[in-house]
Amino acid sequence: MKGLALAATQVVRSAVSPKILGIIGLLAAVCLYTALASPNFLKVGNLENVVHRTALFGILSIGVAFVIITGGIDLSIGSVVCLVGVLLPWLLVDHGWSVPMAVAFVLGLGAVIGLVHGLLVTRLGLQPFVVTLCGLLIYRGVARGITQDQSQGFGTGYKGLRALATERFPIFGEGGFELPATTLVFLVIAVAAAIFLNRTVWGRYLLALGRNEQAAQYSGINTGRMKLLAYVMSSTLAAIGGMLFVLDINAAQPSDFGNFYELYAIAAAVLGGCSLRGGEGSILGLLVGSALMVVISNMINLVHPRYQNVEFAIIGGVILAGVIADELVRRAARRRPGSGS
Amino acid sequence: MPPLVEARGIGKQFPGVRALDDVSLSVGTGEVVALIGENGAGKSTLLKILAGVQSPDSGSLLVDGQPVRFRGVQDALGAGIALIHQELNLADNLDLAGNVFLGREPRRAGFIRTAQMHREAAEWLRMVGLNLDPAMPLSHLPIGRQQLVEIAKALSTRARLLIMDEPTSSLSARETETLFAVVRQLRASGVSVLWISHRLGEVKELADRVVVLRDGRNAGEIPDRSGIEHDTMIRMMVGRDVDRLARRPSHPPGEVVLEVEGLRTPAHPQHPVSLSLRGGEIVGIAGLVGAGRTELLTTLFGVTPAVGGRVAVAGRPVDLRTPRDAIRAGMALVPEDRKHQGLILEMAVRENMSLVSLWPESHAGFVDSRAERRLAEQMIPALAIKTPGDRQAVQFLSGGNQQKVVLAKWLALKPKVLLLDEPTRGIDVGAKAEIYDLVHRLAGQGLAVLFVSSEMEEILSLADRALVMHEGRIAGGLARHDLSEERVMRLAAGGTGRQSA
Repeated sequence: MKGLALAATQVVRSAVSPKILGIIGLLAAVCLYTALASPNFLKVGNLENVVHRTALFGILSIGVAFVIITGGIDLSIGSVVCLVGVLLPWLLVDHGWSVPMAVAFVLGLGAVIGLVHGLLVTRLGLQPFVVTLCGLLIYRGVARGITQDQSQGFGTGYKGLRALATERFPIFGEGGFELPATTLVFLVIAVAAAIFLNRTVWGRYLLALGRNEQAAQYSGINTGRMKLLAYVMSSTLAAIGGMLFVLDINAAQPSDFGNFYELYAIAAAVLGGCSLRGGEGSILGLLVGSALMVVISNMINLVHPRYQNVEFAIIGGVILAGVIADELVRRAARRRPGSGS
Repeated sequence: MPPLVEARGIGKQFPGVRALDDVSLSVGTGEVVALIGENGAGKSTLLKILAGVQSPDSGSLLVDGQPVRFRGVQDALGAGIALIHQELNLADNLDLAGNVFLGREPRRAGFIRTAQMHREAAEWLRMVGLNLDPAMPLSHLPIGRQQLVEIAKALSTRARLLIMDEPTSSLSARETETLFAVVRQLRASGVSVLWISHRLGEVKELADRVVVLRDGRNAGEIPDRSGIEHDTMIRMMVGRDVDRLARRPSHPPGEVVLEVEGLRTPAHPQHPVSLSLRGGEIVGIAGLVGAGRTELLTTLFGVTPAVGGRVAVAGRPVDLRTPRDAIRAGMALVPEDRKHQGLILEMAVRENMSLVSLWPESHAGFVDSRAERRLAEQMIPALAIKTPGDRQAVQFLSGGNQQKVVLAKWLALKPKVLLLDEPTRGIDVGAKAEIYDLVHRLAGQGLAVLFVSSEMEEILSLADRALVMHEGRIAGGLARHDLSEERVMRLAAGGTGRQSA
């Protein structure tokens, strides 16, 4: 029992780095500001929505974080979300596939897409940026082609399946805060990812090869296979995300469904402590990073609706400020005596 | 006549280290001065001060007897002092002329005057013995000749003093000869050279005068050519006689552990290599840079898979296509480039140590953090690793302690064959001796050790037997009682290894 408590504090201490504390502080500040500026922020419905969207974007950013940890990047996430988002209703409604078949197909498709990305990167030595940029173009084009650019949805059917994304659990009794089902999906994925990254040999290998791929190879690590795994996880989680998004919204317009989602996911990962140079990342950080993205967007909607068309600029500015602050803190730390030359 | 360049009482302090303390040095016109000393003696700092890269905390610099103060490299260049770095600073996507005049291109209204640049570059290239088309891409030249381009570039700034930091460290024997011929020619035409080298044979061959630094101070000077002797230089560098590297007794060899037959490396596929290694034996591989020694080790370790031949470990034939195959067969490699190949610098001592034993110690893929901690707690005292703790990032450890972490990583697997590539490169004397002791202790426990070294002393003091490589093949083997510097050098240069005198 004592050992368990010790292990638990260790996990917390290693996960909560100063960097994450900083981003938690930023999140708290934005929440506080929004709560003071708008009476609607703390309303139950709004909070549910914030938590729900954080979970959805969090799933995407956990996926891309694995690739970022290997020193790569995945720009195709938004298009995978779109492809899965239009294919699922298209297969179910237009083609009458059974639910298990259609779900297995779209998730399998995500895995295959990741596998192809990974093979192109590890076997052919192509740059991740180029491979996944082409993926971004291809999957959206395919999605629009298959559907003739027609919006896809479930209509009034498939309530059972859609419950996965739309169900709310009244944990505080009637009329109180209801926990969105997506949060549970996210929590399962996040806990599994955290255990994988911090407690398994493969997670350690990913972190090691992200820092120094050559040394990892010289230590007998099959770095190619580990990177392949990272791309498969990224695209598979994008597919899961795409499925939940379309189940939630019940309408996917192929030309803009999931647009820019890869950038939200990457931004959340970077805010959450992933270095694009590789080798760094924590799941708790991703959660906070995703929440920050969602809350900023929520703040603009509630407090400054006039500025909705500059939302991207505000988000970009906040990320840039965060990254600059992080770099300045890092430099100050480096100048401290005793930390090497 | 005052010397061309003189440094008087130079002092330089870095956080926590006194790099230079009251160091003086002078270089006359047309003189070749060698600056020698162990790692950390302050040679590089002194060069950087002379070349205007860093400024001294105390002391003065004089050029032609006049005090000068360099605020940057440009000032030093203006005074006729050019530094040639150990790593080449050339752009291999440009042509030769573009490199010679990089940053100083003759231009008109922003456009480069290509014809003029090529004409002038050709002249400077001729001065260093390169009769080549200046429009040729730099990347077409082998590394040794690129070094000559670097010298031409320095000369084109009208340098009167060329400062070279270990210019021969990556050159072949022939390229080194060419470089020396160029230096002699420059000397004859009145250009001075100040030159850092670890290769005492080269110092003896080329230098007019030797200045020795030790622990950031002047440790002696050999004023004329006739006094330049190996033992004298080593004594001055080390500060005592060289008993520190006295031979240790060798261990009685056991069974053959590693058997290599006709192994052909991708680097030298035309030369099959055969050797065998017994348990408890320490075998050194000597030879010049580029002789194929590192390639032999990386091929044995599966990093650059062999194109032919057979390898057996402990009597069992093994197919070595990846490092994993080699590790499974019981081999370990401490690579040449510790920072890029040996360690994950940002990771903790503990995590580096466990990297290769993580999987065998794991349970269903989960890291056994208790075993991991146990390993660190056992290895840190066993190898006398100086670290504030096992969670310290290895990048903050000294070179010697970093190397011990690499060794600890492999020892966790209890290998049968230990391959070491330049095991003490960049490591200070004290840690060096500790690593030699450790290697000896491991051999005593039956481990077979195969090491590559460019340091003659290391071969002579550590090896029970030496193999000397020359241009991809094993030119000869020397048993311990035959082992001498001269024989090794003879074989390394392509001779027979028999003493003629």
